[in-house]
Amino acid sequence: MTRWLGWLAALGLLAGLAMGFGYAPKDAVQGNVQRIMYLHVPSILTAYVAFALVLAGSLGFLFTRRLAWDRLAHAAGEIGVVFTALTLVSGSIWGKPTWGTWWTWDARLTSTAILFVVYVGYLLLRSMAEERDRGARYAAVVGIMGAVNIPIVHFSVLWWRTLHQPPTILSPERAPMAPAMLRALLVNVVALLLVFLYLLSKRLTVRRLEDELRA
Amino acid sequence: MTRDLSPPAPQHAVDIQGVRKAFGPNTVLDRVDLRVDAGEVLALLGANGSGKTTLLKILATLLRPSAGRGRVAGFDLAKDVESIRARVGLLAHGSYVYEDLTAAENLRFWATMAGLPADQASLQSALKAVELDQVAGERARTFSSGMKRRLALARILLGAPRLLLLDEPYAGLDQKGKKWIEEVMLDFKGKGGAVIVATHSFGRGLSVADRVAILSGGRIALDRARASLDLEELHRLYALSTENGA
Amino acid sequence: MFARRAWIVLWKDLLTERRSKESLNALFFFAFLLLLLFEFALGPDRERLAAALPGLLWLGFVLAGLLGLGRTFLVERENDCWEGLVLTPGDKSAIYLGKLAGNFLLMLIVEVVLLALFGIFYNVDLWSALAPLSVVMILGTAGLAAVGTLFAAMTARVRARELLFPLLLLPVQVPVLLATVKATEAVLQGLPLAEVGQWLKLVAAADIIYLVVGLLTFEFILEA
Repeated sequence: MTRWLGWLAALGLLAGLAMGFGYAPKDAVQGNVQRIMYLHVPSILTAYVAFALVLAGSLGFLFTRRLAWDRLAHAAGEIGVVFTALTLVSGSIWGKPTWGTWWTWDARLTSTAILFVVYVGYLLLRSMAEERDRGARYAAVVGIMGAVNIPIVHFSVLWWRTLHQPPTILSPERAPMAPAMLRALLVNVVALLLVFLYLLSKRLTVRRLEDELRA
Repeated sequence: MTRDLSPPAPQHAVDIQGVRKAFGPNTVLDRVDLRVDAGEVLALLGANGSGKTTLLKILATLLRPSAGRGRVAGFDLAKDVESIRARVGLLAHGSYVYEDLTAAENLRFWATMAGLPADQASLQSALKAVELDQVAGERARTFSSGMKRRLALARILLGAPRLLLLDEPYAGLDQKGKKWIEEVMLDFKGKGGAVIVATHSFGRGLSVADRVAILSGGRIALDRARASLDLEELHRLYALSTENGA
Repeated sequence: MFARRAWIVLWKDLLTERRSKESLNALFFFAFLLLLLFEFALGPDRERLAAALPGLLWLGFVLAGLLGLGRTFLVERENDCWEGLVLTPGDKSAIYLGKLAGNFLLMLIVEVVLLALFGIFYNVDLWSALAPLSVVMILGTAGLAAVGTLFAAMTARVRARELLFPLLLLPVQVPVLLATVKATEAVLQGLPLAEVGQWLKLVAAADIIYLVVGLLTFEFILEA
């Protein structure tokens, strides 16, 4: 199963790259730099999927006490953090030529940064707990708290940037997208999701083996 | 929440099989089978680190076993944790005494938390039973370890448990204190309760015991009626078993 | 029953605090230290301080809160009573509520003192905006206490708890912090509360969500 996913993901990435660099047209305003959107947007979307899985795993564990759920939460959290970091880095790289600065406190980047720190804390908590069961329980609680906080973060940051403040920064994906761009974006979203699933599958296998060894 | 202390009154206060507890790679209890009847006092002997405290904590539902099953105070160890907690009293190294509160205030806190009557009269009589009524208004910080232990027992006895788990209750007590613990055990046994007293010395714990068990190598290496053993034989068996395993 | 147990936990903590006076005294002193810190960090420019005041105020509240909240279960740890709480029958969230109430009160007291110190030392008029300001403070502190109490219980028996506690709490607090600073800003400018209704509703919603999560998940933390 994992190997299939691996091949699919590789295929997807190739397709995504082709679409992003070949098929999609050059952006009228930003030029080729805009193509980083095909990495930036799918990676944050994938991160959201990952954190949704963290929530599912956390709830599942607290309800059933089966470690399989905890493993799901842990693996999804790890990969989610990676994709979040990817979002931040790609956003930063995108920002430099576009806005002239490595970082800007716009709504998306700020929310993503907060998300990043929340889930890094989540992973740190897991590594500090001494007993397997206790670590799983504590992580589940943080996982739930982190997840319910996401909409709160979203709104507060959004209002922070838009209320009482004229939009001075051109949001990178403001203008409606050409259909070709949209298609390229979609392909890349699917590609990254496949990569995520592949990594998830691999991580889950490793964790399951670890738990079996421990028992 | 009303506390239902009604039957099923068990024949066995403790009835566990195959209990195992591992902390990571460290297996403390391997396969513990134990049965204690109501009205019985069991002396649990074992060297330091043999797992006596771990076993008592599992019986008190403070720890969950890695494997195994059984019933404590008539209720299932895995499924009816709350019911067990309402009927079991654990006197361990932590006495659960808040040092900045007085004896009466401590009792009032724990009684209210357990849903037991916490009025002046009940608390006073509970303190009287452990001879702490004179210092009811004194802060626990000023108490000796013996007094703190008595306060802890007062707290435990408030809930009228069916099973008493004592983890090295004689440690740090003088002769009078030790005798007093014995009297409590005998009194408790007389009322139909069961007692497990864990100790690593051959001191007083044995004199009131009906049965003796030795915990060694993560298992119950010996489980015999006290009357069937003389002290010398017991010493020998104890040395033997502690030699082989922790 | 639930209410009685929550109340007795609060009673115990208040009594302990009143007798030992550990937390409150230290936190008052800490508030004063913060004042000095901010003054030195931002320099004597009155206008700069006034502009940054809402942020400084809440920064101070959060920092003092971190210290105070981190100690939530210290009395249980020091007196070896944690296991005793684990063994209590019935709904463990009563303990959470009691501890939360204690933390909430403690933090509010410290915040009022900090507010007064700010007013005096930076010569800012906080008195006229006191009523709407208190609303913002109560809402903001409730959220801080709700998550802080939950996470304090979690990190009470974990390695590197002094490090982990702020690391977990602060990111979750950021959105509420944003909202309360914005609201405080408006209030200090003399605007009526209705102007910042959006922010206040966000904080209130967050408070309720945090409280519910705390009540539902606390028993999993206080488990064997």
